Amino acid sequence: MARYVLRRILLALPALFGLVLLTFVLTRVIPGDPAAALAGDSATPAQIAEIREKYGLDRPILEQALVHIRQVLTGDLGRSIFSGRPVTEEIAQRLPATLELTFAALFLATIIGIPLGLVAALNHNGPVDQIVRLLSVGGLAIASFWLALMLQLVFAMDLDILPLRGRVDVDLGLPPTVTGLLTIDSLLAGRFDQFRDAVWHLVLPAVTLCLPGLASIARFTRSGMLEMLQKDFVLYARAAGYGKFRLYAIYVLRNAVTVTVTQIGLLFGALISGAVAVEAIYDWPGLGTYAVQAILTADYKALLAVTLVVGVVYAVVNVLVDVAQALIDPRVAEDVR
Amino acid sequence: MSASDARSVEPSHAAPLPGNPGEGRGGLKRPRPRFPALRRLLRDPVATFGLALVLFAVFVAIFAPWLAPYPEDAFESHILQRLRPPSAEFPFGTDNLGRDVLSRVILGTRSALLVAVAVVGASLAIGVPVGLVAGWRDGWLSELLMRVTDVFLAVPQLILALALGQLLAPGLTTAMLALALTYWPFFARTVYAETRRLRGALFVDALAGIGASTPRILLLHVLPNAAPAIVIRATIGMGFTILTAALLGFLGVGAAPPDPDWGLAVAEARQHLPEAWWFPTFPGLAILLLVLGFNLLGDGLRDIADPRLRRSRH
Amino acid sequence: MSAVLTRPLLSVENLAVHIRTDGGLARILDDVTLAVPKGGSLGVVGESGCGKSTLLRAILGILPRGATVPKGAVLFEGEDILSDHGASVRGRIGFIPQDPYLSLNPVFRAGDQILEVMRRHAPGRRRDHKEKLVELFRAVQLPDPGGALAKYPHQFSGGQRQRLLIAAALSCEPSLVVADEPTTALDVTTQREILVVLRQLIAERGLSLLFVTHDFGVLATVCDQVAVLYSGRVAETGPTRAVLDTPLHPYARMLLACHPDRATDLLGIPGTVPAATAQPPGCRFHPRCPQLHSGCPIEVPPMLPAGEGRAVACPWYEEAPRG
Repeated sequence: MARYVLRRILLALPALFGLVLLTFVLTRVIPGDPAAALAGDSATPAQIAEIREKYGLDRPILEQALVHIRQVLTGDLGRSIFSGRPVTEEIAQRLPATLELTFAALFLATIIGIPLGLVAALNHNGPVDQIVRLLSVGGLAIASFWLALMLQLVFAMDLDILPLRGRVDVDLGLPPTVTGLLTIDSLLAGRFDQFRDAVWHLVLPAVTLCLPGLASIARFTRSGMLEMLQKDFVLYARAAGYGKFRLYAIYVLRNAVTVTVTQIGLLFGALISGAVAVEAIYDWPGLGTYAVQAILTADYKALLAVTLVVGVVYAVVNVLVDVAQALIDPRVAEDVR
Repeated sequence: MSASDARSVEPSHAAPLPGNPGEGRGGLKRPRPRFPALRRLLRDPVATFGLALVLFAVFVAIFAPWLAPYPEDAFESHILQRLRPPSAEFPFGTDNLGRDVLSRVILGTRSALLVAVAVVGASLAIGVPVGLVAGWRDGWLSELLMRVTDVFLAVPQLILALALGQLLAPGLTTAMLALALTYWPFFARTVYAETRRLRGALFVDALAGIGASTPRILLLHVLPNAAPAIVIRATIGMGFTILTAALLGFLGVGAAPPDPDWGLAVAEARQHLPEAWWFPTFPGLAILLLVLGFNLLGDGLRDIADPRLRRSRH
Repeated sequence: MSAVLTRPLLSVENLAVHIRTDGGLARILDDVTLAVPKGGSLGVVGESGCGKSTLLRAILGILPRGATVPKGAVLFEGEDILSDHGASVRGRIGFIPQDPYLSLNPVFRAGDQILEVMRRHAPGRRRDHKEKLVELFRAVQLPDPGGALAKYPHQFSGGQRQRLLIAAALSCEPSLVVADEPTTALDVTTQREILVVLRQLIAERGLSLLFVTHDFGVLATVCDQVAVLYSGRVAETGPTRAVLDTPLHPYARMLLACHPDRATDLLGIPGTVPAATAQPPGCRFHPRCPQLHSGCPIEVPPMLPAGEGRAVACPWYEEAPRG
């Protein structure tokens, strides 16, 4: 098992290395003259030359690439052009908010999506199955930014039962930072009012963000279950006298979710993308709002750092997914190709 | 993403083996029904509904200037009648500049479909050759191509699109370029998997044995067999592209005012909530319906291609 | 044959099973009557498609969706199995499936899968169950019985997996074991070993056995009674030795005649088993029968006693076989 995990990590490294190279190419090659881009529209040729020298842009391209790689490896992603603060610092401050949101969405999608898929498969071609089918296709067709606005319109503006935007109620203050996740930190501090507030603020963004994930998880669980229900071991287990609930909800489901788990890994990229829009609309102080702000202020350093960080998170999630899969299905770790 | 795993490997009927035309089916004179896939699709009401939505959108896009009640509202504004609620005169209401929302939704269909077609087309043009070459050969070229594909897949699509859109001048062309650059890896993966699968098939060995050239095998035999998987991918990709393009428009790195763009309209409507509920609602519904159409169609096609999940069973 | 005279442990009485299919109503089983006496063993033999599997599923209470039972009953120790889909008899009937590879869930430990069934049917502590299971593993001669508990199905060989499943079938101390061609997926040497283990365990524990197979050779090893099934009906029953030596029903006769070694498959008869949706009237074997009489296509032949505890569904069985 340990060897398997190590191998998955090693396999993820080339893609991460490629990602570093790609960010380099994006900054140095595509904008034409990055010095001019850095200096801004009103810069004089002398200022541009100065910036070129300062950032080492007058060196050979290969040397620049090596410098860039070294900087990334040592965690130096440069300073934000907008705020002048180190980009890593700003990202570290915002990452927990995004992680809390995406985890909440993933959690919702999983605990609703898997039972939905299960029930749909057990009622194959029945009314429940048709509803889940429509939901799983429709859920992937809704634009998250539009859904966010509609939910705001109904639940925050019209019914006024959920907060419109933000992550906390300022009057309640913040719990001491331990994990950076407000729901957990408030519980650790024993502040249930803050916990309730954090959850309250999380509801609309998490619901908006979870819908596409819920749709795919329900869909993959359904097809996985349908496939597994044809297997001989299901018949054998029935003959041997497994209880109905245990047979479907544990015994067969575990086989069916191996596919779903892979899907969750692939979903993570979509979740991060969705988070950009959802955060922008709900004023959620995470990486997404940071990225949007970086676009508006033409802060390309910040934007590239976000690309890199998100790429790393994505790679980590995919390694975790592989490990989870090996835990669910013991044959995975032993399958040496 | 294993829509095709269960399908058996057999040569496509569009490409009979050279040297034995019609042999083996000599006794069967009954004409094959034309468009068998379409017939099967039409038997599935939900997929048919998807197809109808897509065809309707194509129709609207083509005849948009004639269908829109106020085609000049693409660019003109009428400040005096701004933010009117839906009425007989303006069924979907008017926007912040007094333009007819219905007209702009109709006119926006054209750009939405255009972006989708262009992006999916460009992604096909990059992804299919990469997948074919990488899947057919072993060696450094294949490795390199697939590693590059993996890198592009590792970057979250939207973020890369945003970064690109920022580095180049923001606009619809940049958005399309960014979307194509981030979508081709999906086609490369699909075609790669199909080519790998077919490479081991007996009929391909037979073709190589009788001396067919590699390009010939790839273009006339492997590609037609990989076509169902590619078509399904492309259909779902159309819906996905429309969604992402709308999001780019919403975030201000896609279509620019005063273009009648659905995503942009939702963004413009934000400041006028909750009063002007109709302003974001109808453009959003248009996105939903068109993407739903493509997704249902893709779903139906997948069911046809993958007998394992076919609903007519039991 | 004193065992035959006592009240049977399992009796299938005039059982008919129909399944609705796209091609029409399939009469899979029609008026099947069988009995397994206490401590006895019955082999059910027939070609594929004769209804063996459906019979098994009826006995285990796991008939497929869409199956109906228009007539008949399956009684186990006097209780009707079909009335509650076998729920009340589970644990008292042990089942050995056909394919040991496909019958175990690959993502759970084999031992846990068996323990789960024991937990449901026998009260007691998990530790006691484990001890008992290891004891069973030893009895079926599984190598390293203690270590086997922690292993996943794919870590066993085919023969070992079948031993596991025999242990599973015995784990709840059943009085009847039902086996569905448990050795077809194995090679010949392993087959023999498994059968020997099975026969020994059945005898030691005084269990009854219902053994479904298409292989006469296997039948002779494990069963003292035999029932030949053709197209959903019983063609002939009797003591195994007698039926194998002098088969009476034309179908049984042909089956055994075309395979003098009696140890291979049963595909040497002209024609095929009729589709379950299109059964011929009268005797279902008449289109393939060399001894066809004018009444055969009209009247369903009743089971006729033929001495020595035998019975045949053919009024012409005493007639000498024709060329």
